[in-house]
Amino acid sequence: MIDSALIPDRVKRAPLWKFIVWIIIVGAVLLWGVYAMLLCWIKGLNQTNMNNSYGFALWIWADLAVIALGGGAFFTGFLRYIVGKDELKNIINYAVLIGFICYSSALLILAIDVGQPLRSWFIFWHANVHSMLTEVAFCLSCYFAVLTIEYIPLILENRQIDKVPFFHNLGHNMHEIMAVFAATGAFLSFFHQGSLGGVAGVLYGRPFSYRTGVLIWPWVFFLFTWSAAACGPCFTILITKITEKITGKRLVKNNVVELLAKISGWMLATYIIAKIIDTLYWAFSTAPSMGFTLMDFYSGNPLYGIWILILEIVICGILPAAILITKKGRKNGSLLMTAVILASVGVCLNRWVMVLQVMAAPVLTFEDWALYYPSWQEVATTILPVAYGIILIMFSHRYLPIFPQEKELNPAVESK
Amino acid sequence: MKEAHNHKKANKYGMVIDLDKCTGCGSCMVACMAENNIPFREDESDPLLSMKWLRVYKLTNGKPFPKTEICYLPRPCMHCEGEHGHSPCVSVCPATATDYDHNTGIVSQIYTRCFGCRYCMAACPYHARIFNWWDPVWPEGMEKSLNPDVSVRMRGVVEKCNFCFHRYQSAKEKAYAEGRREIREDEYQTACAQACPADAITFGDLNNPKHAVYKLKKSPNAFRLLERLKTNPKIYYLSSREWVRRAGDNYLESEFLQTKRST
Repeated sequence: MIDSALIPDRVKRAPLWKFIVWIIIVGAVLLWGVYAMLLCWIKGLNQTNMNNSYGFALWIWADLAVIALGGGAFFTGFLRYIVGKDELKNIINYAVLIGFICYSSALLILAIDVGQPLRSWFIFWHANVHSMLTEVAFCLSCYFAVLTIEYIPLILENRQIDKVPFFHNLGHNMHEIMAVFAATGAFLSFFHQGSLGGVAGVLYGRPFSYRTGVLIWPWVFFLFTWSAAACGPCFTILITKITEKITGKRLVKNNVVELLAKISGWMLATYIIAKIIDTLYWAFSTAPSMGFTLMDFYSGNPLYGIWILILEIVICGILPAAILITKKGRKNGSLLMTAVILASVGVCLNRWVMVLQVMAAPVLTFEDWALYYPSWQEVATTILPVAYGIILIMFSHRYLPIFPQEKELNPAVESK
Repeated sequence: MKEAHNHKKANKYGMVIDLDKCTGCGSCMVACMAENNIPFREDESDPLLSMKWLRVYKLTNGKPFPKTEICYLPRPCMHCEGEHGHSPCVSVCPATATDYDHNTGIVSQIYTRCFGCRYCMAACPYHARIFNWWDPVWPEGMEKSLNPDVSVRMRGVVEKCNFCFHRYQSAKEKAYAEGRREIREDEYQTACAQACPADAITFGDLNNPKHAVYKLKKSPNAFRLLERLKTNPKIYYLSSREWVRRAGDNYLESEFLQTKRST
């Protein structure tokens, strides 16, 4: 292959033509998203189906969802560098890459979502320290910088780049101090994952999302961090398994996946207990004090029924937690996949209701439910980061030694 | 800052709207749009895309004829005080583009600082905040009739009722020029209050015993929208009809019979 000099030593990669065909296919989707993005920037947000009832819609959900799913990077980093779970070094690279994709996607979506993108820097310049969104902006930007710093040494490990002594030494030195960045990243993430929950939790004019809390932090602040730490690694496992399926190779040893799955399982189990307590307190104390019963939020409209709460807590919470905390569940491939899929769906669903359902539920007694469906431009710009992520994974997997155990698990390939 | 937070001296502008008088004619909406250079589109039928700062809702008691009753409810921005000026929208704005003025109680919007994140819209339970989804376009010649005291807003920013703040500024300037520190009740009135043919809207300083609103807000028929959320709004409504007063807030069945939702 023409590009064989760029491919890591002693690993097998798909033929170049196949790689290019897939890049073109995914690239076409990417271009579709870029076209929609340009429409939004040039013509404005009238290209969306948002309205004065739906100031927050699909994009904000996508932001919250990808950031939660990208939580695998900070939590795996925390476990690897701070707690000292050494086995996780075999999956940390991929967790960082997935985190990098998720966070860069979130920043891109935010850049499309704001009405005046050229003024985005006002959030730093005229920062309102009382706003949860300010905290999100600062931590998100800083953590994205940390993820970039964590991703750079991986790029430097490319066979040709590594031959340059400066880059080789730079990469080596960056690896040496990576624990500092991982710790910084974990610290930042604990805050911004929480402040994303705080975004909805502090809205005391919106009884569906409002939560009491401790000092300035609503309970949902802690639940968001907790759920991201629980479900982010599940998403890392899910993408790892999908990558293994597509490449037809084993890339990470089972014991590594099972360890991460076990920790995620316990995080998810404890999270879901906290979530149930929070829901009960909100349903039977907070909301009634504002004149609402639980069923006021789950009736009188064609979409948001009580099923959504059951799906989130039972099917996508208790069930995957039960699978992941048992040895049998983790060792059974199908059950493991089911659990990580459910956990990933669950956290996305949680973010959905905390954005979309908040906007939909009426507060004034003489208003009705406001339902919304996204325009194609919103859908395309939400799929855009997915296509971008796939392309970045394709390039990273092809040209960088992302999986340290790949050679050991696939020994048949001869040295080039 | 010390003076700014001296609540005893501060004005607290607000409104009392008598719903028994309101006929739903919409003059207040039209006056507001003309006064504040609010843009409009050819099709204004979708209230969720309309730029109206003040919207008139139609409430019904939900009963069949002949017991059906109608009530029109004008809804400007509530200029919520929240607790200590932490109104729902002001505290969430990440770029400090909206402000609670402790001297007037007015919640303002700084259009040139707003970058259009719309968090304030998500925070407002009254839907009093609206977004410029389009650039403002005026029918040919109409731009000549724009109010020179009010800036037009660009696409991509949030705007809202500001109690015709430019009128407050003019009145204040006039008072200073005449050597007065305070402005009289009739010197500062909003466009909607002046335009109402039924005299349903009374505007003034809720803290000033000389102003009409001071007494009106104490009426046993007075209520505010969503008081239970502790938004502490400055718009008071008057209605002699109990079902209208109940429609102002959400109640559990055990507290009241559930209010019929209607639009």
